[in-house]
Amino acid sequence: MKNKIERANGDGSAGQNGPKEKKIAWDFRLYIAGPTLKAVSALNNLKNICEIHLAGHYRIEVVDLMKHPQRAEDDQILAVPTLVRKMPGPQRRMIGNLSNLDRVVAGLDLHCEIDGMNPGPVRPSI
Amino acid sequence: MKKSKAKIQMKALQKSSTGIRGLDEITGGGLPTGRPTLICGGTGCGKTLLAMEFLLHGASEFGEPGVFMAFEETAEELTQNVMALGFDLTNLVARKQLRLDYVRIDRSELEETGEYDLEGLFVRLGHAIDSIKAKRVVLDTIEGLFAGLPSQAIVRAEIRRLFRWLKERKVTVIMTGERGEGMLTRYGLEEYVSDCVITLDHRVMDQVTTRRMRIVKYRGTTHGTNEYPFLIDQDGISVWPITSVQLRHEASRERIPSGIARLDAMLGGQGYYRGNSILMSGTAGTGKTSVAATFADATCRRGEKCLYFSFEESPSQIMRNMESIGLKLDQWEKKGRLQFHTVRAFYYGLEMHLAQMIKAISEFEPDVVIVDPISGLESTGNTLEVKAAIMRLMDFLKMKGITALLTDLTVGSNAPETSNSDVTSLVDTWLVLRDLELNGERNRGLHVLKSRGMANSNQVREFILSDNGVQLKDVYIGPNGMLTGSARVAEESRDRAQQVSRHEDVERQQLALERKRTAIEAQIMALRAEFCAEEATTLRIINQEQQHKESLVFAEEEMGRSRQHDAVKQVEGVAHKIGMKVRNQ
Repeated sequence: MKNKIERANGDGSAGQNGPKEKKIAWDFRLYIAGPTLKAVSALNNLKNICEIHLAGHYRIEVVDLMKHPQRAEDDQILAVPTLVRKMPGPQRRMIGNLSNLDRVVAGLDLHCEIDGMNPGPVRPSI
Repeated sequence: MKKSKAKIQMKALQKSSTGIRGLDEITGGGLPTGRPTLICGGTGCGKTLLAMEFLLHGASEFGEPGVFMAFEETAEELTQNVMALGFDLTNLVARKQLRLDYVRIDRSELEETGEYDLEGLFVRLGHAIDSIKAKRVVLDTIEGLFAGLPSQAIVRAEIRRLFRWLKERKVTVIMTGERGEGMLTRYGLEEYVSDCVITLDHRVMDQVTTRRMRIVKYRGTTHGTNEYPFLIDQDGISVWPITSVQLRHEASRERIPSGIARLDAMLGGQGYYRGNSILMSGTAGTGKTSVAATFADATCRRGEKCLYFSFEESPSQIMRNMESIGLKLDQWEKKGRLQFHTVRAFYYGLEMHLAQMIKAISEFEPDVVIVDPISGLESTGNTLEVKAAIMRLMDFLKMKGITALLTDLTVGSNAPETSNSDVTSLVDTWLVLRDLELNGERNRGLHVLKSRGMANSNQVREFILSDNGVQLKDVYIGPNGMLTGSARVAEESRDRAQQVSRHEDVERQQLALERKRTAIEAQIMALRAEFCAEEATTLRIINQEQQHKESLVFAEEEMGRSRQHDAVKQVEGVAHKIGMKVRNQ
């Protein structure tokens, strides 16, 4: 199942599966339905935020429901894009293209979790 | 020409049968195929059940698999709920005839962070439809989206898109909606569904609840527009519409006996017409139930089926009471020819009663229906409603060719010829049972007030309940007026006594006459004997005289011969004569 899922990792070097994966504290899953404008902008926004706040400590899994429709039911997905923060728990869900950065940051509890990282302003891609 | 017209109609609107009894009838065949239908109503009015039945019947009877997308109940809960109706969801799911998808939306879990759409729902639904090739879809209730998602504008736009999309997929959709203030649904779902809208209602009037259904709109077809009561029982939903208001039923010429020979004689000698409605009104204790039970007994005896609605007595009570007049109804019940349907009148509303009755009639398919008493229904509505309901019941029975005997309790102050239910103009035969009060006793009388289409007796008969059932006797009509009961018996015996004595008188006179005749004849005989004796004496004298004369002549002749006188010639003649005579003797 896993290899069917598209992967997009924050830093290219950490993209390969390997021992490094164990250290990853932030695990996101983004549900999209085809490469729509909203999906693309959501992914870009997510990447930007992660790069700024969580460089090197995150992983993004993109699930395209068009390709895996059963997962919509299995994972209770309704709206797209939906971002699920799998790790750290508890699970959090967000819907929308993540253009409202304040809400994303607040929703994911990004600012308090990371030591020594300044959550500076990030420009949304759209 | 006609054919092409029919074809066009077929093309214009296809309908998907719901499989729910009665609903197809009032919708003219079912819900619009390939289009969405909105079913709305308050809490607990049966929306989910109706939607579920639509799928279940579709899957199990019409070969149309269905997807149930639930926003309120989980798949387990739904499975449990319909288990009670005898449907096994797990089996249908396993056979890919049904697919349940519980959509969980928790507002607290969802943070809106920008633009989104509900493509996930589309994908999900689309996948569910494709996976079992579903033809039917239920969304119960899609309003959950409004409550669960932050942006109403997006939800509205997406629902609009969803219905367009569903139409393109050509699936028949039911979506349910909660009743709203001043609107059909709380979130105005009706604006998305332009094809068919059905409202369900669960109303309490005078502490009695009735479920009703109404088709608010059904584009492109004619449909029943009334509110129809419906039932939810162990068989699920059933609607029992009585839509026919046309008087088109076939009138049977067949006659069926009432079970009371004298009553049949009063009704042109042959009893009721089959399929007619018979009203039997009377005050309390006039024997309505007995006549009804006799009719039931006669029906079952012929091998036909009788359905007995009682609003006052329990089946066993009726059977026990009727045993006292020699009717053994329990044997018919055991043989399945007689079915009792007893319920207190105030237990349901009028429409519910009617629906229950229609259901029972449709299931049992009796030849005769007895409602005892129809006035029991009066307490459930106003006169107009009751009349309308009874009329519909009668029309229904007539359409089915079922003979109906309705009893009606006349309240004391009213004249016996009035019926509280005001249905007298609707019935074909009206029997009136009345109290005849005379000489300190009450007796029962029966007469036929009207009977359409047959010569009927205009006389009042005395009605007697005996060990051998109901009997009708002629009332005594004499110089002292009409008499019944013991007065009739007394008068009759007095009559009989008078008759006997008159009879004896005549006999006596006849005897005297006979005696006289005998006496006279004896006298005649005596006279005749006397006469005979006299005659015989006279004849002997004459004879003696003759002999004497002859002997004189003979002697004279002898004397002459001896004297040898000349007058021979003359004497010879005489002697010759006498000689002849002597020889002959």
